[in-house]
Amino acid sequence: MALFVLQRLAALVVTLLVASLVVFLVMEVLPGDPAAIMLGVNAREDTLAALRAEMGLDKPALERYLIWVGGLLTGDLGRSYTYGVTVWELVGERIGLSLPLALIAIVLSTALAIPLGVLAAAKRNKAADVGVMGFTQLGIAIPNFWFAMLLILLFAVYWRVLPAGGFAGWDAGFWPALQTLLLPAVALALPQAAILARVTRSSVLETLGEDYVRTARAKGLSRRAALWRHAVRNALIPVVTIMGLQFSFLLAGTIIIENVFYLPGLGRLIFQAIAQRDLIVVKDLVILLAASVVVVNFLVDLLYAVLDPRLRGARHGL
Amino acid sequence: MTRSLARGILAGAIACGLLGFGAVQAAAKDSLTLAMPLEPPHLDPTAGAAAAIDEVVYANIFEGLTRIDSSGTVQPALAESWSVSGDGLTYTFALRSGVTFHDGTGLDSGDVKFSLDRAMAEDSTNAQKGLFGAIAEVAAPDAGTVVITLKQPAGNLLFNLGWGDAVIVAPESAGTNKSQPVGTGPFAFERWVKGDRVEMVRNDSYWGRPAKLAKATIKIIPDPAAATAAMLAGDIDAYANFPAPEALAQFEADPRFKVVIGSTEGETILAINNARGPLSDLRVRRALSHAVDRQAVIDGAMFGYGTPIGTHFAPHHPAYVDLTASYAYDPAKAKALLAEAGYAEGLKLSLKLPPPSYARRGGEIIAAQLAAVGVETEISQVEWAQWLEQVFRGTDYDLTIVSHTEPMDIGIYGRETYYFNYQDADFKALMAKLNATVDEGARYGLLADAQKKLSDDAVNVFLFQLAKHGVWNKDVIGLWENSPVQANDLTAVYWQ
Repeated sequence: MALFVLQRLAALVVTLLVASLVVFLVMEVLPGDPAAIMLGVNAREDTLAALRAEMGLDKPALERYLIWVGGLLTGDLGRSYTYGVTVWELVGERIGLSLPLALIAIVLSTALAIPLGVLAAAKRNKAADVGVMGFTQLGIAIPNFWFAMLLILLFAVYWRVLPAGGFAGWDAGFWPALQTLLLPAVALALPQAAILARVTRSSVLETLGEDYVRTARAKGLSRRAALWRHAVRNALIPVVTIMGLQFSFLLAGTIIIENVFYLPGLGRLIFQAIAQRDLIVVKDLVILLAASVVVVNFLVDLLYAVLDPRLRGARHGL
Repeated sequence: MTRSLARGILAGAIACGLLGFGAVQAAAKDSLTLAMPLEPPHLDPTAGAAAAIDEVVYANIFEGLTRIDSSGTVQPALAESWSVSGDGLTYTFALRSGVTFHDGTGLDSGDVKFSLDRAMAEDSTNAQKGLFGAIAEVAAPDAGTVVITLKQPAGNLLFNLGWGDAVIVAPESAGTNKSQPVGTGPFAFERWVKGDRVEMVRNDSYWGRPAKLAKATIKIIPDPAAATAAMLAGDIDAYANFPAPEALAQFEADPRFKVVIGSTEGETILAINNARGPLSDLRVRRALSHAVDRQAVIDGAMFGYGTPIGTHFAPHHPAYVDLTASYAYDPAKAKALLAEAGYAEGLKLSLKLPPPSYARRGGEIIAAQLAAVGVETEISQVEWAQWLEQVFRGTDYDLTIVSHTEPMDIGIYGRETYYFNYQDADFKALMAKLNATVDEGARYGLLADAQKKLSDDAVNVFLFQLAKHGVWNKDVIGLWENSPVQANDLTAVYWQ
């Protein structure tokens, strides 16, 4: 287990180092001068030079890379060119929205998907299965921004029970803040739930055909008990893998939903930062997200070990 | 039983309705939520070009020596009055007394000197440093007087001092204005939930007439569909410049809203690189001007909102000269001019389009119109960052579409380097004369000459003045219809 953890940590460091190099190089070749963007078309040449010097953009590339990586290692992410505040501060504000939103969405989607997937597997080819499969087909097919607009029209414009968008902020109180996250979370959760339900169904179907389930049934376990105690538990590994991927996606890949609900999340921050050539924010965010993906994957690996005792001592393949 | 139940439900519903109605009325009376599409990168108007900064803080939080009112004329602000010496080189301002910053410190001439010196300094990062180009020295002989000495006469100094980039800040707070703006205006900054909203509250110790609103919130909604929904849901009370003209019909049909079409300072042009091969030929540029049907572009790209222009000047300005007839839509004439210039077989030009819809949608229409007279365009869509680098700074383009939103910016045609690459000694002489003239009537005459000169030289294809599509609750009074400066002045806004 210790060796396994060490291996994973080494992989993590190498991944992040490569990522930092790639991100830095991509930002180097990206056209557009951050100073010119900030000061606009009437800026004078001396003003631009003053701003570039203030932002440290007049130094050679290698020096800037080393300064940046050095900063990352000491936890100093630098200051946003456009906002003028530290990147930590920006990320701190946005994560207060993105993390809860991703968590609510993943909880909703799991709560919906696993029972549906198990139900569909247990009632294979019966009405319930057909219903669930139809629902998941729809969930995958409907674009989430369209579903989001439908939710807004219904709940905000027609019934007026929830706001059409925006984020109240946690300091406005728990309920007002949660209220503003409900519709986006549902809009995000539905397609994820549809995917997850399908994975659950096929995974449970597979385990239902395994020898140990037949043995359990032969030993006198009821169908239901065999299903939940043996089939479902063993079917969870692919499900957890998908959930890990979905969580990483939900943390920053929600630009469209954030736009529809005008939410100030991490996705929009990165999108804006690219458009405004706030390069330091782009670089830092990409590295932080890469780190979060690696960490989530690491946690998922650990979770495998919890779910499958056979993997606890294993050193191969992981 | 059923009847009494029904009656009970009805009574309950009425009571709820009344209560709800009452609650909405009471809550809405003295607070306003205004939305805008772009978030300011920070809140210091003296350190950034983004129009969104001024749209939040100008006249609300920060004030300058002068201010520009809703009709575009210069009004006294922190300077109560001023006098100009006979040679036009010395401006003496009398500051208003009893003005305090939101942090409680008083305003005196030292703050004014500090602000202007800071904007003009060597290491200044003021985006409009050129505004202060004519100033030689700022002096503060006593606490209530500021004397500005100029290097050469500058007829537009008072207007320039009314820009958001020239607001007066205090030395104590200048460094933190980006995130915690401290000004002298009728509203004091309260908080900024980044990416979502900026909140401000009435400044009760304001020197002038206090604001009628106790609280104003400016919400950031970039997506037009989201903006429409938020408006319909009543989450926001006003959208000063609605980003989607296609949605305006929906609001016009709804009795809860008022749609107000005003004008901006945005001259939208098909800019021409005057130094590029065939485009340096006046006949070719004139041909392009004749080839474009401005009204078709306005109808197709802007849903009919926008005023055609014939030169680089705002139609609502008193000095405007209507030159739209000089280059009426005439494809046959355009073809003849091209043939005369030796391009009878046609011409191939690049057309670079930045992100706004006037450029992207307008570009497609203009490309089709140009194709009809034999000018083939190769369209490339660019981001602002690329546009600034390639088109604006590198002048690596033939044609581009952009809206010049700064007020009174005809002077850009007289600059030594500018991306049109228009270099004309006569026009430069006109601008020099204009700068040296203080008399309003004489200035208007010179401005008229300048407008005609640009039209005669067909420097660019002048398309239309960008409209301002305001949508707000019918009970909101006092929002600006036009935007002579980039601002959402909430000083006089109230609920009916």
